[in-house]
Formats: sequence, structure tokens, C-alpha cells
Amino acid sequence: MSKPHLELTGVEMSFDTPKGSFIALDNINLKIKKGEFVSLIGHSGCGKSTVLNIVAGLLQATKGGCILDGHEINSPGPERAVVFQNHALMPWLTVYENVELAVQQVFRKSMTKQERQSWIHHNLELVNMAHAATKRPGEISGGMAQRVGIARALAMKPSVLLMDEPFGALDALTRAHLQDSLMEIQQELNNTVIMITHDVDEAVLLSDRIIMMTNGPAAAVGEDLYIDLERPRNRVTLADDPTYVHYRQEVLKFLYEKQRKLESITPRRNNQTTGTNMQKDTAPAAKA
Amino acid sequence: MSTLMNTSSRIRRFGGLKALTDRFTGMELARTSKELVLPMVGILVFLGFWHLAAPQVNTSLGSFPGPVQVWEQSGQLWQEHINQRERADKFVIMQEDRNARILAKNPDAEVKIRSYPGAPTFVDQIVTSLITVMAGFLLATAIAVPLGIVLGLNRHLQAAINPLIQIFKPVSPLAWLPLVTMVVSATYVSEDPMFEKSFLTSMITVTLCSLWPTLINTGVGVAAVNPDLLNVSRVLRLSFWTHVMKVVLPSSIPIIFTGLRVSLGIAWMVLIAAEMLAQSPGLGKFVWDEFQNGSSQSLSRIMAAVLAIGFIGFVLDRIMLTLQKKIAWNE
Ligand SMILES: Nc1ncnc2c1ncn2[C@@H]1O[C@H](COP(=O)(O)OP(=O)(O)OP(=O)(O)O)[C@@H](O)[C@H]1O
Ligand SMILES: [Mg+2]
Repeated sequence: MSKPHLELTGVEMSFDTPKGSFIALDNINLKIKKGEFVSLIGHSGCGKSTVLNIVAGLLQATKGGCILDGHEINSPGPERAVVFQNHALMPWLTVYENVELAVQQVFRKSMTKQERQSWIHHNLELVNMAHAATKRPGEISGGMAQRVGIARALAMKPSVLLMDEPFGALDALTRAHLQDSLMEIQQELNNTVIMITHDVDEAVLLSDRIIMMTNGPAAAVGEDLYIDLERPRNRVTLADDPTYVHYRQEVLKFLYEKQRKLESITPRRNNQTTGTNMQKDTAPAAKA
Repeated sequence: MSTLMNTSSRIRRFGGLKALTDRFTGMELARTSKELVLPMVGILVFLGFWHLAAPQVNTSLGSFPGPVQVWEQSGQLWQEHINQRERADKFVIMQEDRNARILAKNPDAEVKIRSYPGAPTFVDQIVTSLITVMAGFLLATAIAVPLGIVLGLNRHLQAAINPLIQIFKPVSPLAWLPLVTMVVSATYVSEDPMFEKSFLTSMITVTLCSLWPTLINTGVGVAAVNPDLLNVSRVLRLSFWTHVMKVVLPSSIPIIFTGLRVSLGIAWMVLIAAEMLAQSPGLGKFVWDEFQNGSSQSLSRIMAAVLAIGFIGFVLDRIMLTLQKKIAWNE
């Protein structure tokens, strides 16, 4: 194999807290190929966002480092676009202007004004948001805003797309729809994607590879599962595909048997926002 | 569809549209009464109370003026202004005539052009005060907003400057005034001054007292920009200037405007006090002159000035509010 596209070596991250330094990540090693779709999964607070932020360059690892195409990452940049957990759109700009801000910055020199305009529209259409181009984020639903956040990230033509629970706050239908669009877009553009998720089905359906993280503090890579399923994938036919079910159980076993987090499972049952997937998932896990 | 038909037939049965429109006018009435009628009632009750209470208060200049006297004096003040204007116009015409005659006799003669020497009227004083307050407020904004942005962006600088802000913020205009006067007379010396010294003194005092709310609010607003948005800015590698103009400033505009409104209110209050104390032209001087004058009408004239000051302050705040609604994205 040639040199990896994206490589994390011996990444350690410690935060200074009032109670002394807190080691969140300990010795994370990862090699990711170009065009690979990788999901990060793990219990809340284990350090998934921290890994993503280090790849984004928003955080600097205290030990070890991160190399993209032969260059060390030490600052953020548009070639590593981030889809933030809660859309992070500028509330004073319209949907169009939010994407424009990114396009303007990245393609100021390489595109003409007309090209930029049609590129912004193209990306809004990709996520089905062209109809709301003139609306402000406050005037659209959370799911719509999240789609605009994805359009903004895609519009930067990133070589790596980083997504922090991009569909976490969405209802099941919207989420399914966006997952399908994301699969299509990713197949077409062949971006490398790192996505954080809490949803086991989402991880298996979308990923080429699932990185399961151990519980923090000092979290590390627990298991590294390759998902060898044909693309394009169809959620309905896969639902009772034995390989799919097997992968799903692998992840569930890791989360609820090997990395069981007793204190966090009980309150999660009552937590409706993130809890729905977990509830659904624990049932087959118990059977297995 | 069927439910729609049901409701419409039910409406017809109950007297249809009439009943509906009646309900709406009822709502309309409730709204107008809240927005118009109740404030009117408040003002009328106040006027009545004032009218009854004023004659009971006796001063060395006669009893305290009631609303009727003040209204009459307001008309009087306006009339004085009109008369003064006419005299000033006549003065200018006469002067031009005379100069033309002198020049006809001797083309090389030096002609004098003097401005009308009459005292400024109430309306002139209002105009002067408005110009001064706007100048002082704009200068305060021009200092406070950029400085606030710098402080908000730099925690260390903020920690260094914060004690100074806390100490200077509560200083009364009356304390600043002598210092400003002395400094202006010492430093602003020119053959052909663009501004009157008294104007500069009032303006700078207004600036010194009114810049604090804007400065503090801008600093707070800039420091409180959503960290996610800051991360977006970093991912996009926005330049410092673009970052400030496209992310930091728009994000803090609502809170900056709140500061600006407070600042303008303070500016207006401070200006009147400064004009009174420094005897610089404006509404404050008008009040002071009338007080010194001590005629039987003085109290009514001062009361007219008080009402004018209050009304102008109210209008200034309304203008800021309208501006805020136009500019701030959260409105
Ligand atoms: N700036 C910080 N200072 C101190 N501790 C931090 C900081 N950021 C994160 N941590 C700690 O590091 C650990 C990992 O945090 P992180 O946000 O990466 O978790 P996560 O896996 O993304 O969780 P979630 O699924 O809930 O989003 C947590 O225990 C958190 O408290
Ligand atoms: Mg997280």
C-alpha cells in the first residue's frame, strides 16, 4: 500500500482543568485511505469530538500528530471542511449568503462571479435547500439548517469531510433522507469522510469502516471494523441481510458488552433526543 | 375540504360574516386602546394633576406654572423666534444694501460683513444642542466601537483596561467639565477656529461620559460570539479583517445597539448639564439664563424647556430603536 491519505500517529490529548490535567485521548493511531467513509462511534464523552477537532486543526494534540497528504496538520483549513453538530450557520446571513461566505473565501481566485453563483446553487440543490435560499437560519427548521451546514461544507470541495453527529438532532425520516443523499454525494465526489455518530444503523449503513472508541478518560481505538457491503446500499433490503445484521451486532456488542457504561445507560433511556436510537438498539443486543 | 364547508355553513347560520367582522373590530379596538387610548389617558390625568397642584406651590417668582401658562409661553417662544428671524433677514438685506452703496462709490473700499448680533432664541438653542449631542455621540461611537472590538478580542488587554473603565464610567460630567475646558483652551488655539471652543468643550464632555455603555457592550458582545461560529471562521481561514467584519461585528450588533441607545440617552442628559455649567450655547444655557433672569415668566419658560428636553430625548431614543430594527438581524 502507498502512503496513507490521512494518518494519526500516537495522538494524545490532555486538557488543563481546575483539578489538574485531564487526559482525554491516549495514543490514537489511524490510517485512512482516500475516499474512505469512516465512522467514529463510542459512548458520550469518550473523546470523539476531540479526535475530529484534532483532524480539523481546531485542537492541537498534546503528543503525536496528524498528517494529511504528507503535510502535518497544525491549523484549520477549508480542505478539511467541518459539519458542526448544531449547524453553526451565521444567524444574520441568509441560507445563500452562508454558503456564499465559504465559496467566496475558497474560490475567490479560481472562479468567476457567475461560476460561484451557480456553484452555490448547485450545492443548495444537492441538499434540497435551493427553495429556501433567501431565508435566515432562524426561519427554517433544524433539519433544514443542518442540510445547509452540509451544503456549505460540500461547497468548499474538501478533500476530507468531517462531520460531528450531523444527523443527531433530526427526526427519523429526515435523517434517512439525508443519509441517502450523503451516500450518493460521497460516491460521486469520492471525498474522504469522518463522521461521528451515536446511531449504530447509521454507522453500518454509511461506512466503509467503523472505528469504535473505548470509554474515556484516556480513550483509544477499541475496535476497527471494516464494513464490506456492496454499494449503492439500500436500507430496506439490507435490513435483513445477514452480513449487515452481523456487523450491526458486532458494534452493539462492543458498545453494550465490552464497553458497557452502567451509569450512562440508565439516564439515556429517558433522554429522548439521543436516546431513541439507543433504546431501539439495546433490544436486539439483549437477544443476541 | 368538507370541514371547510362545514365551518363556512356554520358561520352563515350564526349571522355569517357580520359576526366575524364584529369579532375582529373588537380585537382591533383592544389593540388601539392599548397603543393609543391608554397613553392618552395617562397624559390627561397627569395634566389634570399638574393643573390642580401647580397653583399650590408658591415661589419667589410667583406660583408654579400650570399647563396653560406653559403652553402660552411655548407659543410665545416660537413667536420670538419668528420675529428674531425677520429682524435677522432685514439686518442682512440692510447690510448688503449699505455695502453695495459703499462699493459703488469706491470699488476698493473694504466692506464689513457681520453676522446678526441678536441673542439666540429657544429654537436656535435647541438646534445647537442637537448638533452638539450628535457630534459628541458620534465621536463616542467612533471611539467606543473599535476599542470595544479590540478589547473583546483580546482577553489580556481587556483584563488590563477593565479597571480603568470601571473607574471612569461613574464620573459625573460636572467633574470632567473644568478639566476639559482648561485643556481645550490650552490646546485648541488657532487664528481661524473651525469650531467654537464652547462647542468643543460640551462635545468632548458628552463623549467622555457617554462612551462607556457602548464600549462595555461592544466588548461583551465581541467576547461572547458563539464558539461554533468562531470555528467556522477558522476553518474558512478568514483574514483578520474579514473575520471582524463578517463574523464578530454582525454577531455583536444587537448588543452594541443596546449600548448605543443607553449612550445616546446619557449623552443628552450630560449635554444639558454641561451647557448649564459651562454657559456654552444650547438648551442648558437657555434654562440657566431664564433662571438668572428671574422674571414672572421664567418658570413657565423653563418648564417649556424641560418638556422640550424630555420630548427630544424620547425622539432620539425612538430614532435609535428604528435604526436598530433596520440594522440588527435579531429584530
Ligand atoms: N476544552 C476542554 N477542557 C476540558 N475538558 C474537555 C474539553 N473538551 C473536552 N473535554 C473532555 O474530554 C472528554 C471528551 O470530550 P468530547 O467532546 O471529545 O466527547 P465526545 O465523545 O464527543 O462526547 P459526545 O458524544 O457527548 O459529544 C470529555 O470528558 C470532556 O469532558
Ligand atoms: Mg461530541
